[in-house]
Amino acid sequence: MAWKIFLFLLLSFVSVAGIAFPIVENPTHWYEFPLIKGLEQNAKIIFFHVPTAWLTVVAFLMSTIFSIRYLARKNLNDDAKSYAAAQLGIIFCILATITGAVWAKFAWGSYWSWDPRQTSIFALLLIYGAWFALRSSIESEEKRATLSAVYSIIAFLTVPFFIFIMPRIMKGLHPGSADDTNAGPIVNFKMNGNMQLIFFLSLTAFTILYFWMWNLGYKSLIFKDKINKIYTKG
Amino acid sequence: MNIKAFALFKKDFHSELRTRYAVNALIMFIIVAISVILFSIGNEKISQSLTGGLLWVVIFFSAMSGLSRAFVSEEERGTTMTLQLIASPSTVFSGKLLFNLILVFVMNIVIALLYSAMFDAFVIKNFLLFLVTFLLGNIGLAISSTIIAAIIAKAGSKGTLYPVLSFPILLPLILLLVHLTLNSLDGTSFDQSLFELAMVACYDVIMLSASYMLFDFVWKD
Amino acid sequence: MSNYSVEAIALNKVFGRRLIFNNINFNFNNSGIFGISGPNGSGKSTLIKIISGLTSPSSGRIIHNYNEKSIIPEKLHNYIGFVSPYLMLYDEFSAWENLNYFSKIRNVPFDKDKINYLLDSFLLLNRKDDLVKTYSSGMKQRLKFIFALMHSPHLLLLDEPTSNLDAEGKEKVYSILKKESGTSIIIIASNEESDLEICSSLIQLEKYKNPYNSVPAAGEITK
Repeated sequence: MAWKIFLFLLLSFVSVAGIAFPIVENPTHWYEFPLIKGLEQNAKIIFFHVPTAWLTVVAFLMSTIFSIRYLARKNLNDDAKSYAAAQLGIIFCILATITGAVWAKFAWGSYWSWDPRQTSIFALLLIYGAWFALRSSIESEEKRATLSAVYSIIAFLTVPFFIFIMPRIMKGLHPGSADDTNAGPIVNFKMNGNMQLIFFLSLTAFTILYFWMWNLGYKSLIFKDKINKIYTKG
Repeated sequence: MNIKAFALFKKDFHSELRTRYAVNALIMFIIVAISVILFSIGNEKISQSLTGGLLWVVIFFSAMSGLSRAFVSEEERGTTMTLQLIASPSTVFSGKLLFNLILVFVMNIVIALLYSAMFDAFVIKNFLLFLVTFLLGNIGLAISSTIIAAIIAKAGSKGTLYPVLSFPILLPLILLLVHLTLNSLDGTSFDQSLFELAMVACYDVIMLSASYMLFDFVWKD
Repeated sequence: MSNYSVEAIALNKVFGRRLIFNNINFNFNNSGIFGISGPNGSGKSTLIKIISGLTSPSSGRIIHNYNEKSIIPEKLHNYIGFVSPYLMLYDEFSAWENLNYFSKIRNVPFDKDKINYLLDSFLLLNRKDDLVKTYSSGMKQRLKFIFALMHSPHLLLLDEPTSNLDAEGKEKVYSILKKESGTSIIIIASNEESDLEICSSLIQLEKYKNPYNSVPAAGEITK
């Protein structure tokens, strides 16, 4: 119970601090963020956008790991865990896409410009979408679990290609990307101590939130299975 | 590719000659896809870089219309079990992959020839680069679409899901192929495109080994 | 006399959340005809598919041995002949072409004399070059027997072997099965009285419905 209160306080603090702390030219107080050229007030999205993008990747990775475990052990609980992770993954993926697009409208002038990271998250969104479409088309539980596990492993193998080829093929606009000229790699250089602290606190809080939601998600899936089993037995 | 897989390929080839399951749909699809593009362009002159991209659009959608037949036709006729009783999973996958490889190569050669006849702007400056791209790209296309075909055949939802599932898997390959095709159109040297070619080769190898490893799970109930 | 044995250890199958059967154990050696009976939906076909390796059990194991060595799943299909109503042959080929392709894909020599003999004994010799799609369901069923027997398997799995067959066809099948039973193991899943009469022992699937049964029930193999 205590950790839930702690998580609540942490998320509240991160939300308030991330939105309300002022951005000034030369920060002197502990609650002031430095001004980053080219980003200005838009920089605050980092506290919310980056954690969602990070969790999209974590969820995708966990979904694949549990898919592999399912194929190895054929335990339907692993499929439930994989499914719960993917459910959260697609939510965070949509959130990351929207927060990123809104930010891009103000920073780059348009919602969408096929930046390498935008293309990558779009590909991830397509993979999630296809995965759910595949799952909903299969009746039998074992078959659904097996086929979707195979698909998620194959889809996972395409991810490294996006990481390697995107920067070669497309011009990067994204802050933190290698050829970023207007904003610089903010995480390493232009964030000051308190900004980094709040950023990593936010990342931690969102990650704990994710694992809590995932835990609830897969347990409720397994319980639903068990209840159905009791009902069908009569 | 062993003797058994080749025998399976011969069976599929013979069956295709009798039923024309895949080929008829494929030919019509190629004609339709190219003429839709021609109609939508009208009298406009389209740029050279656009023709490079459109080529792979035509190839992707044509592949989606025909390549799933390899497994879906077995599932539809109920002969999946017969195959399971006479061949091991790796034999089946090799045979079907060989069939799709031949189909992809024939299909894409036809598309490329028709395409260069129809579009004046489609002039290849670096032919060697285009040839290697075409070769490696076709192999990757055949591998990925074969394993996805096996998945959708078992999923029981035949046509509609195939492009949906294939697109994210083929996306990195198609992005690379479009990029390489543009390079070959504007005459970029072979050496400057080595990184992308190596990536396409990596894609082929990774997908091939993953498909062989995962096919057992798809094939057995 | 072959040295083939097939052994089931605590087989259990659950479809989704429905128990099909639980704790099936048997061990069949060398040769003979064995039967599986049970009402519709009791899992006869499922058990046959599990024995053939087409389906995997939810728990438990099935072990095939040949000459004291266990057969790996990749090679199992070479030792098995399978007949069932839901097995399909290629419609667009003739019977002869079907059988020819099957032996090529198996990579075993195509023994024309043997195929002709089998075609003759199942009364299909004069139709061997007609496309399978022109066959009646009874003729297709007889062709499936040729498909099952052509590579001289050590284990014959027959799911409702005499469905769609007329009296003459049934007699043919029984006489050939009796001949084969001297050299190979035959397992028949059926509810037909006449099919079960030729079996030397019987697994009655309705006795394996108890989900809590971990000890074999008394008298599980009767006759």
